[in-house]
Amino acid sequence: MNALALLSQLGGMVLAVALAPVLAGWVAQCRAWLQNRSAPPLLQPYRSLRKLFRKDAALATYASPLFRATPYVVFGTMAMAAAIIPSVTTDLPMARVADAIALVGLFATARVFMALAAMDIGTVFGSMGARREMMIGFLAEPALLMVLFNAFLMFGSTALPTVVEDILNTKGLMLQPSLAFAGVAFVMVLLAENARIPIDNPATHLEVTMIHEAMLLEYSARHLALMEWASWLKLFNYACIGFALFVPWGIALHANGPLALLFAVAWLAAKLVVAGAVLAVIETVSAKLRIFRAPEFLSMAFLLAVLGLLVHLLLQS
Amino acid sequence: MPTLTLATQFLHVLAAGLLMISFGMLAQRRTRSLIVLLAWQGAVLTASTLLVAVSAHLPDLYYSAALTLVEKVWLMPWILMRLMRRLGIEGDSDPLVNIPTLMLVGLGLVIFAFGLAQPISSLATTVTRQTLGIAMAVILLAFLMMIARHKAVTQVIGFLAMENGLFFAATSTTYGMPMVIELGIALDLLVGVFIFGIFFFQIREQFDSLDLHQLEALKED
Amino acid sequence: MNPFFATHVPVLLGLVFAWLVLGLAGLVRSHRIAWVAYTLFPLGALVALGIAAVGFSALADGFVAEQVILPLGLPDLPFHIRLDALSGFFLLLLGSVGAGISVFAAGYFRAGEGASPGLLCLQYHTFLASMAMVIVADDAYLFMVAWETMALSSYFLVTTQHRIPEIQRAGFLYLLMAHVGALALLLCFGVLQGGSWLMTFDAMRGATLSPVWAGVAFGLALFGFGAKAGLVPLHVWLPEAHPAAPSPVSAMMSGLMLKVAIYGLLRVSFDLLHGGPWWWGMLTLVLGLGTALFGAVFAAVQTDMKRLLAYSSIENIGLIAAAIGLALLSYAFDMRLLAALALTAALLHALNHALFKSLLFLATGSVLHATHERSLGKLGGLIRRMPWVATLALIGTLALAGLPPLNGFVSEWLLLQAFLSTPSIPHAFVNMIVPVGAAVVALTAALAGYVMVKFYGVIFLGQPREPSLMQAHDAGWLERVGLGWLALGCILIGVFPQVALNAIAAVTRVLVGTVIQRGPAPWWIAPVAREQASYSGLWLLLGMAGTIAVMFVLVRRMYHGRVRRTPPWNCGYPALTPRMQDTAEGFGQPIRHMFGPFFRIARELPAPDDRAPRYRIQIDDRCWHGLYLPLARAVGWLADALSVLQRGRLAVYLMYSFLTLLVLLVFVL
Repeated sequence: MNALALLSQLGGMVLAVALAPVLAGWVAQCRAWLQNRSAPPLLQPYRSLRKLFRKDAALATYASPLFRATPYVVFGTMAMAAAIIPSVTTDLPMARVADAIALVGLFATARVFMALAAMDIGTVFGSMGARREMMIGFLAEPALLMVLFNAFLMFGSTALPTVVEDILNTKGLMLQPSLAFAGVAFVMVLLAENARIPIDNPATHLEVTMIHEAMLLEYSARHLALMEWASWLKLFNYACIGFALFVPWGIALHANGPLALLFAVAWLAAKLVVAGAVLAVIETVSAKLRIFRAPEFLSMAFLLAVLGLLVHLLLQS
Repeated sequence: MPTLTLATQFLHVLAAGLLMISFGMLAQRRTRSLIVLLAWQGAVLTASTLLVAVSAHLPDLYYSAALTLVEKVWLMPWILMRLMRRLGIEGDSDPLVNIPTLMLVGLGLVIFAFGLAQPISSLATTVTRQTLGIAMAVILLAFLMMIARHKAVTQVIGFLAMENGLFFAATSTTYGMPMVIELGIALDLLVGVFIFGIFFFQIREQFDSLDLHQLEALKED
Repeated sequence: MNPFFATHVPVLLGLVFAWLVLGLAGLVRSHRIAWVAYTLFPLGALVALGIAAVGFSALADGFVAEQVILPLGLPDLPFHIRLDALSGFFLLLLGSVGAGISVFAAGYFRAGEGASPGLLCLQYHTFLASMAMVIVADDAYLFMVAWETMALSSYFLVTTQHRIPEIQRAGFLYLLMAHVGALALLLCFGVLQGGSWLMTFDAMRGATLSPVWAGVAFGLALFGFGAKAGLVPLHVWLPEAHPAAPSPVSAMMSGLMLKVAIYGLLRVSFDLLHGGPWWWGMLTLVLGLGTALFGAVFAAVQTDMKRLLAYSSIENIGLIAAAIGLALLSYAFDMRLLAALALTAALLHALNHALFKSLLFLATGSVLHATHERSLGKLGGLIRRMPWVATLALIGTLALAGLPPLNGFVSEWLLLQAFLSTPSIPHAFVNMIVPVGAAVVALTAALAGYVMVKFYGVIFLGQPREPSLMQAHDAGWLERVGLGWLALGCILIGVFPQVALNAIAAVTRVLVGTVIQRGPAPWWIAPVAREQASYSGLWLLLGMAGTIAVMFVLVRRMYHGRVRRTPPWNCGYPALTPRMQDTAEGFGQPIRHMFGPFFRIARELPAPDDRAPRYRIQIDDRCWHGLYLPLARAVGWLADALSVLQRGRLAVYLMYSFLTLLVLLVFVL
């Protein structure tokens, strides 16, 4: 563990935190173009963050300390997750601390705290949002775990950097059918966990149709800013997980020098542009599902991922 | 992991695609999408037959692939679409049990098929023998789809999907069937679909709907 | 090497005897609460710590199993006692968790609970002592005597408030199931002795049984220990008995007694039967996974906080059983490292569950004392009135939900690693079960998170659903110490997991002959290989805390920390009443909708012209109506049929004795 590794680790985390709002802004721009509207500027999320940080926080009279602490906890878990996911380099000392299962555990921690904070104030929408979020989460979390297990069965390790290194070091083309299942399942889980259409509409403010927004209703000012930033960071993290598992080419390996890091950042930016556009296309083409069709959607993702595991075992023997 | 040839890898991907389409058919509500998925299944079958023909150097399979293309990708879906339009049934139908339960049962069937296929695969000698399990799974899933639906048209689609699975099984273990048998099966399918069509008109005349629950009125109490 | 070579067992026996003495001492002046609560129970906690220390020393490297024969018992079958690594681990579990519960109970038991405190003290300490004796018993007779004592003392504890009919019914069901299980265990030991007719465990270890009889023995053991542990379908007593008992007793039953059943299963299957064919492991695995899913799904739809925790216990026992099944399965295929990993996961989860489940049950006890409400529909908002209980319960909740960096996550992590570390098992269907098993474990863990959010959110968060809740008071200092001890255990094992794994390594060495890889540091575990998977709770916690601290300081520095208190936004609706929050039924509705076929739901819908419309929904267990009620009816029918024999006339009874005498004469002569 040398200085370069530590620096690249911290740099990766800071990069994720800094770039996440841009990704959200880009997806919003693509959606606007596809829907024939004029788009907000690309850096608008930064401006809204600044606006929110400057305001006074308006807290409910009987909000508990749990409510006040949750935005920081959620942001902290997302930032830790960004430290574990190999976005630009596989040389991550923190990855020895937590592997893919711990990554899913971190996402679960964020979700549980958000749900608890939503129930804290005791409004209708808070508890409804908490209930719906846990309903989505209890299917999405195992689905994500199964997708990661596909990678484990193929490469023998649950640590994401090891998986990336194995893929990059394999000579020749390797078409893995179970990766196809895992890929479809991963996209479905990404849509569900990041509150995208067809599960949830990130732009809605109709209380009866929202899941994620319902949990943010009582937050204001810096707390709201942190929660919004954390959800953008979550999308960024998911995109990086997808890149690491399915299109890892461009990530700097352990042995390469600092120049490879710069190339890796450029590659990451390119991949994010494409991914954002694809996400916007998916969102525009699909319709939002009724709330109880969402578990069907997610159980399909879960079962596809399990099917991928089974197909891998079958075709291996 | 031993490295497989490019052709075998492609075949595995196509087999996985076939399985994914079968699962998709299980979870669909709309009859129109079922027919579209059936056409896609035919396309995947054509591609896999072509691939086996090229990699195992069997010219007969080119004819087989052409037949599959014409019949499964174009003819059958077209007939079914016309049938649907003439009968006037375009709506959705919910399956008998709810979809997650159906998918769980489907998963169990897949495990069953995979487990059964493993010893048989070790006996076969073709390059695609490992996909036998997937073929069996496709057959079983299509049968499940037939069991779990109300509307009569979906039963036909299930029947055709089963035949797709059988075809894939034949290609993967024994490099296709003798040409005579293939032509015979193709003709049987065509005749079968026509007869189904006639029956549907009769059912609709009798009961004014194609919901198979109405057929229960025929039983003697 | 410890210099006091053969003194562990005498020390242990002395401590157990001390418990019995403390119990009996409670009968003296049994109505003085101060005597019982502030003297006897804390002393009991100290004894428990002593027993934990003995157990811990039995896990040291180089400890040799000690055997002692007591001059008590039957003439040709005296009590055999044996202290080895397996017993040591479970003694450690019993002692450390029991200490916390005892300290809490010191602050909890007050007059008016239906029995005098002194009597409670006697039953409580007898329960603890009998559990300790089950763990160290080395012959079938002592095992069954201690097992029965455990069942009886816990029955009396469960029916403490015996004037309430539901509690009587729950107690009866519990006693019935306990004895059905005990019968199975007796038969099992009868089969295990394999012809030598010596009932010591040493004889059973040496006996060779044919595969058929070994299978019968395993089946009976699974039935008997499963009935006590709560495996489906033998679980029906658990959701009735745990809520009926006072909270410290529920904690003991859930945290300690269920683990004693697990100990019994491990002892019989690994030690006495030396593992077996692969179908044993497969059966246990399938039963365990089914139980886990069942427990989680039912817990999500409960409306009584203690019933919810009881079903959650069923879920966790299912996970432990699944891990044991995986261990048996891999042991049968001679994959020892995998068996050691699965066994480690099982044992660590047993310890973790004992800690956090006891913590949660004790917290519900505090809530019950403060509010006199058990139903989730009448609680809420207690975090403001009971901050200590709420904070410690939060730790327990997060641990049960399996969130890093607490202990629940570590055992789930190990279990998932065990499921994935299988190289291909050489059997077609078996190696398909591996991914499906991992999927079910992941699903159950996620459902546990759902259940815990419901539990904590409805009880402690939100607004109080009853105005009387505003008078709730926080727990006393003794209760806080007890809760804090258990919460500390949860945090320590989560942050320094390797310490627990080192302790468990001694056990796996005894049972399967191998140990998993030692992690590089106490805060770092890497059970298979460092490159493959590693986890460090401490660094994760530090990382998260560091990020949070940095963010907090940055935000305060660059902007400000001003706060304005206002009424809640609530989307602009001005009138907000506590009744507008989600109820417990409401929170469980998605699960009820999705897992409908699992339940037996009875709905009462109001008619349009009802004067006082009510909506009622009752969720029942299918096992009860499908299996137990028909069985009970069949037994009733059989009894009615046999009642023909009871004529009521003396001449008939004399004739029965006469006929028996004739038959015996024929057979003997």
